[in-house]
Amino acid sequence: MLIQMIPEIGHFALALALLMALVQSVMPLAGAATRRPLWMAYARPMATGQFAFVLLAYLCLTASYMLDDFSVANVANNSNSMLPWYYKLSAVWGNHEGSMLLWILMLAGWGFAVARFSRDLPEVMLARVLGVMGMVSVGFLLFSLVTSNPFERLLPHMPADGADLNPLLQDFGLIVHPPTLYMGYVGFSVVFAFAIAALLGGRLDAAWTRWARPWTNVAWAFLTVGIALGSWWAYYELGWGGWWFWDPVENASLLPWLTGTALIHSLAVTEKRGSFKSWTVLLAISTFSLSLLGTFLVRSGVLTSVHAFANDPSRGFFILMLLGITVGLSLLVFALRAPRVSHAVGFSWMSRDALLLINNIMLVIMTITVLLGTVYPLLLDALGLGKISVGPPYFNALFVPLTVIMCLFMGLGPVSRWKRMDGRELWRRLALSGLTALVIGILAPLLYGGEWNLWVAIGLVSALWLVLPILRDLHDKSAKASSRLAGLKRLSLAYWGMVLGHVGVAVTIVGVAVVSNYNVERNVRLAPGDSVQVAGYEFTMTELRARRGPNFLADTATIEVSREGSSRSFVMAPEKRIYIARGMPMTQVALRPGFFRDLYVAMGEDLEDGSWAMRIQYKPFVRWLWLGGLLMAAGGVLAVLDRRYRSRRRSEEDTRVTTTSREATA
Amino acid sequence: MKRRLLLLLPLVGFLVLSIFLYRGLSLDPFHRDSALLARDFPAFDKVTLEDPERRVDRALLEGQVTLVNVWGEWCPACKLEMPQLLDLADRGIRLVGINYKDTREKGLEFLEEFGNPFEVNIFDPEGNLGFELGVYGAPETFLVDRDGIIRYHHTGYIDPQDVREQILPEVQKWQ
Repeated sequence: MLIQMIPEIGHFALALALLMALVQSVMPLAGAATRRPLWMAYARPMATGQFAFVLLAYLCLTASYMLDDFSVANVANNSNSMLPWYYKLSAVWGNHEGSMLLWILMLAGWGFAVARFSRDLPEVMLARVLGVMGMVSVGFLLFSLVTSNPFERLLPHMPADGADLNPLLQDFGLIVHPPTLYMGYVGFSVVFAFAIAALLGGRLDAAWTRWARPWTNVAWAFLTVGIALGSWWAYYELGWGGWWFWDPVENASLLPWLTGTALIHSLAVTEKRGSFKSWTVLLAISTFSLSLLGTFLVRSGVLTSVHAFANDPSRGFFILMLLGITVGLSLLVFALRAPRVSHAVGFSWMSRDALLLINNIMLVIMTITVLLGTVYPLLLDALGLGKISVGPPYFNALFVPLTVIMCLFMGLGPVSRWKRMDGRELWRRLALSGLTALVIGILAPLLYGGEWNLWVAIGLVSALWLVLPILRDLHDKSAKASSRLAGLKRLSLAYWGMVLGHVGVAVTIVGVAVVSNYNVERNVRLAPGDSVQVAGYEFTMTELRARRGPNFLADTATIEVSREGSSRSFVMAPEKRIYIARGMPMTQVALRPGFFRDLYVAMGEDLEDGSWAMRIQYKPFVRWLWLGGLLMAAGGVLAVLDRRYRSRRRSEEDTRVTTTSREATA
Repeated sequence: MKRRLLLLLPLVGFLVLSIFLYRGLSLDPFHRDSALLARDFPAFDKVTLEDPERRVDRALLEGQVTLVNVWGEWCPACKLEMPQLLDLADRGIRLVGINYKDTREKGLEFLEEFGNPFEVNIFDPEGNLGFELGVYGAPETFLVDRDGIIRYHHTGYIDPQDVREQILPEVQKWQ
């Protein structure tokens, strides 16, 4: 009896969560406005209760999937009794309704975490922060309940079996990519709530930035990993070896990442120097707004994309209203409450403050570039100027040079000083690194097969320019200690976080530059017994056979690969699958990953004379793309672990000290 | 006061964007060109992808029901769609491709690798034929009847279910 009621229990839990979110968004904010501690005290228990009930709803939907309850429309459309259990688990978020529920679960989860881990936060601040988060929750819970109920039943005519999960999504990448990405998107709601709370309280000092920084870093780290995972998934799952397509949905994840990156730097300036106050608040609002915009673009059907969910105009309208209310209201609060007088602390143009300002401006220009490219077709269409599509050439032509310019300033940042620094000193610290970067960056592509390439050279120079000054800085900083190791150990975790983050960017740039320009790609025809040479490797097809998987039929090729002049060989087995429930063909790529190169074999078409068209690719340094992303994320997390954020008592005294000019690290 | 107005800028920018997004909702990209339905296929005079010497015009699409598919090597979904197009060609349906915003070399390579269901491909590197057709992004597919009139339009990638439930019935209807 209880088991049959699972979907209804879930539905009911979701409704209860909505009620809790309503209380959470009204009582604490009203309490903060009228200084009533009892009202403010609603914040924590409501955030906890909301999370508990959303979690219950989520578990109910998961249970329906695991139990193959095809009377639930969502399960019937996205699962199948033959689907392996781990894909049933991940199929929950492989569709619009379920992924919305996951989105809400994470929102509630972040709220719960704030309630749980902010014991040192003043009650008023906590009440406002959780109140704002509660409002966001109300919007999305309503959206889910009104337009996208995941528990809808197909009764009395339930299907005997489900339509199966889209084969593209039956993959490890789908298990991990969306949750990580959503954690990032939704995580920015915390810094957003802090910013709004600070605006409402009229206290835009360094205090709120200190509280918001760890949350922002963690959200940013999740988003970074999420984007990297998405790129990696596209790389091996879609079957043609691309890793970034400038697809609207990819752009939607890149936008908050860019402003989020600007935000974590700007937060540092506000905390340490007390400047950029309004700017930081605006970035916090923009970053979460862009997360919401991404949600709108993906789920409303205004743009065509490979990722787009099946859409329904009423949903699009609802999300647009949500977006309008959330973003419009917060920008209105910003316009009314942001400090009128900028009592900015002065700094010279030769200082870390100025460099961080330039970094912010560059990131915002990049954001606008990508945003324009993404919505431009929509703008033209709405103005009746025709329908166009903006492709990778636009994005590459603008984004790549902008990145190079940003790297120019980014290399200077870590070795510069706050407030002002002597130009000669900067020159002394950087001349050698700059020269080394130029020489190595320009010569290295020559060594690589002797084929010099301008873009690779630019990429390498940029990457070295990011890394070498940091190495020099580490060298200088550890010089005074008794031993080098002791000197390095004394550096703060926040500093190490910065180092990892910047090195991560350099690593990604190397990956992008090399794989984009030195990629070798051959389309060949192979029959059993044939062999072909690509980029110094010999590929021999030894066998071709058909096999049956749990829910698909496949043609599998066995390909023996050996390096030229080497007797050691290994086997690669690409597959062409037909998924039974949907009759959909899929290419299962065979990959031989390596630190310096990937080998990539994908099956194309059956050529009827027993041979197959195959695409063989040699992709140098492609792993560096994602490795860089992981390093960046690790840097973000490391900075949070810094002692400064763990000591509770110190935050009290620091709220009073807004401008300290100690030699500190960003 | 001046500064307060400056602080209003983000809000104004967002409101303008929202208006476009709202308009975008009613301009569903999947239904947008019903205006083109029951109209003549736009006139064109182009060379083919396969042979730069061969010119084709609208007469190419007359006399037989034809599926015109807009594709490009740069378009991921086009690759996913190829098996379905090959299947349609196997059923004896005539397919003509428009190689959209592509280079000749890349286009030919694509056909080599993913198979070629097309009788011929119209080469449209600047995308102006695509523009005339109101193409938003590849892949898109138009059904043209024997008089050269557009009868059906499919936006985005054709999956096997679309073949069964939409493309085949439409083709039969106009055959």
